[in-house]
Amino acid sequence: MISYIYDGSFEGFLTLVFEAYERKAYPETIMIKGKVQPLLFGEPVEVFTDESKSSRVWRGLIKKVSHGNARKLYRAFLSEQSGVEMLLFRLISDVFDRNNTKLDDFRQAEILELHRLDKMIGREVHRMHAFVRFRKSKDGLYFALIEPDFNVIPLIGSHFKKRYTDQPWLILDIRRNYGIHYDLKEMKEVRIIERSRGLRELYHSTPEGIEESDDGYQELWRTYFNSVNIPERKNLKLHLQHVPVRYWKYLPEKHNTSK
Amino acid sequence: MNEGTQEKLKILADAAKYDVSCASSGSKRKNKGGLGNSDGMGICHSYTEDGRCVSLLKILLTNHCIFDCAYCVSRKSNDIKRAAFTVKEVVDLTINFYRRNYIEGLFLSSGIFKNADYTMERLVRIAKELRTIHKFNGYIHLKAIPGASDELIREAGMYADRLSVNMELPSEPSLKKLAPEKNYQEIYKPMSSLRHAIIEHKEEKKKSRKAPLFAPAGQSTQMIIGATPEHDLHILSLADSLYKQQQLRRVYYSGYVPVLSDSRLPSISHPPLLRENRLYQADWLLRFYGFTVNELVDEANPDLPFDVDPKLGYALRYRHLFPVDINRAEKEMLLRIPGVGVKSVRLILQSRRFGKVTYDHLRKMGLALNRAKYFISCPGNPFSVMGEHTENRLKRMILSDTTSRLHKSSQLNLFASPALT
Ligand code: SF4
Repeated sequence: MISYIYDGSFEGFLTLVFEAYERKAYPETIMIKGKVQPLLFGEPVEVFTDESKSSRVWRGLIKKVSHGNARKLYRAFLSEQSGVEMLLFRLISDVFDRNNTKLDDFRQAEILELHRLDKMIGREVHRMHAFVRFRKSKDGLYFALIEPDFNVIPLIGSHFKKRYTDQPWLILDIRRNYGIHYDLKEMKEVRIIERSRGLRELYHSTPEGIEESDDGYQELWRTYFNSVNIPERKNLKLHLQHVPVRYWKYLPEKHNTSK
Repeated sequence: MNEGTQEKLKILADAAKYDVSCASSGSKRKNKGGLGNSDGMGICHSYTEDGRCVSLLKILLTNHCIFDCAYCVSRKSNDIKRAAFTVKEVVDLTINFYRRNYIEGLFLSSGIFKNADYTMERLVRIAKELRTIHKFNGYIHLKAIPGASDELIREAGMYADRLSVNMELPSEPSLKKLAPEKNYQEIYKPMSSLRHAIIEHKEEKKKSRKAPLFAPAGQSTQMIIGATPEHDLHILSLADSLYKQQQLRRVYYSGYVPVLSDSRLPSISHPPLLRENRLYQADWLLRFYGFTVNELVDEANPDLPFDVDPKLGYALRYRHLFPVDINRAEKEMLLRIPGVGVKSVRLILQSRRFGKVTYDHLRKMGLALNRAKYFISCPGNPFSVMGEHTENRLKRMILSDTTSRLHKSSQLNLFASPALT
């Protein structure tokens, strides 16, 4: 049993699985580089992400478990919950070592936990499909900022690509400093390298970068939102359950800036 | 967009808000290079402060109306500001809201101006422009105006995902009383015509994948609850026949909001939200849990109980069918256990292939055991002693266990998919 350090990427994690098998040394703890905690005994082993190793593990997994279940493992990884790597490692080694490929015996605590994480991620993906709000910049780019609870950028692109094929768009996760950009042809991952201009301020204000008429639609949207409310039915508790306050930041309907 | 549009939006969204239908699901429309895509899953983009889903731009084309329905804010005799959108305004709003990911599409209704055909023709024109000129694949719900010609109604189906003709009230005498210019025949006529056209197109679609879509999300309707004396038995039976005979996809129940005073209307201070919620729960049980109307309400109990949800009410009355054996029972029976929803049933069914499911497993799976425990048998459950209890005693035990939660849930889940377990 040893401790491993990897770079935090899914490929990195799969490489780690590969190396743990190669060394015949299962992990005791798995840590992300930069977030390392001091160990009581010994030195951790650093794993360097290796595309060929990670894809071998992935292909091996897909051969054994259904596609849906392999995807469940990936999605759970994106939850970034502490300890999720160990959970996934145990589930994966169960698949490889004991041929326990049926990940739907929910009587088992770890399979139930995987299921719970998958549901949690699913809810966040759904929320992002709902709560992304584009603004239109002067040069025609529709851009949105998000701060999701989990790392869902890899899971939301296809939805927006299908929907907005005829407009260029950009969605940035400013908590994780990266996002996706669609340029009418393809979708690419982009990283925020330099934050010289406060992206948040850019999004909220009306600098030259943003077309005047765009605010027209934000304002119309607010008007609409306020007009469909039925005061006799007011139920704030239910409202907050559906739209938790932490998502308000990027919802124009929750900012009353009406002049 | 100018000030005028702003003002119109205010008036015409406000006037449309009492139509409670909000679904944007059930339609698949693939994007082929245009704008928008529907994959069958509806999305609520926001929620009003009353907790209702905001999925579509729901507006009236105009609130001018030649009719005088007692329950409606837009009625002729009501002294309010009137407005009308142009075709272009509605198209621009829809496209630009959609591009910013505010909405799934458009729900367009209208007061009747001049006559039914004149109104319907404009609704159809807007849908047609969106689909043909703007290649819009988002969701479109159009109101079918009773009395409009069959050709127009069918043309609407070529462009809309869903059409609705509102029943308005749960019985014809009530309708006659509150909306003298309307009658059930004029409501059923477009409904039946659409049903035929939908079936025809489905057949064609089976033969050729290229056959055009026709109202792929089907029809819905809504009726106002609590403005007239009908019992839940009557309302649910009507809904059931609308599902079975008219093949509607959804029936919406709109708790009467007292916005107008009229001697023909009851004077209530609050909309009957709890009753509305119970009807949605019962409706859900009819559509997805295989219940029949008479298992939920009957001549002896013509109204759904307030203190327990309809499923618990059923289980308390049909105690002889319980406890249900978690490890052996058929899916249909598992679905009838109070506190157990469709998702939990799936977990149970999948897991029990591998071995016995125990009480402890159920607890970890997150079932609402405070209710379910009296109605199930499985290893480790000390509670299935229901044979010894009378209905009232059992009810009291469960309520004292779950009072706070039940109260919460009955106030909270007022719309769409009432969290029913
Ligand atoms: S016809 Fe429709 S808009 Fe006109 S008064 Fe009746 S319910 Fe209202």
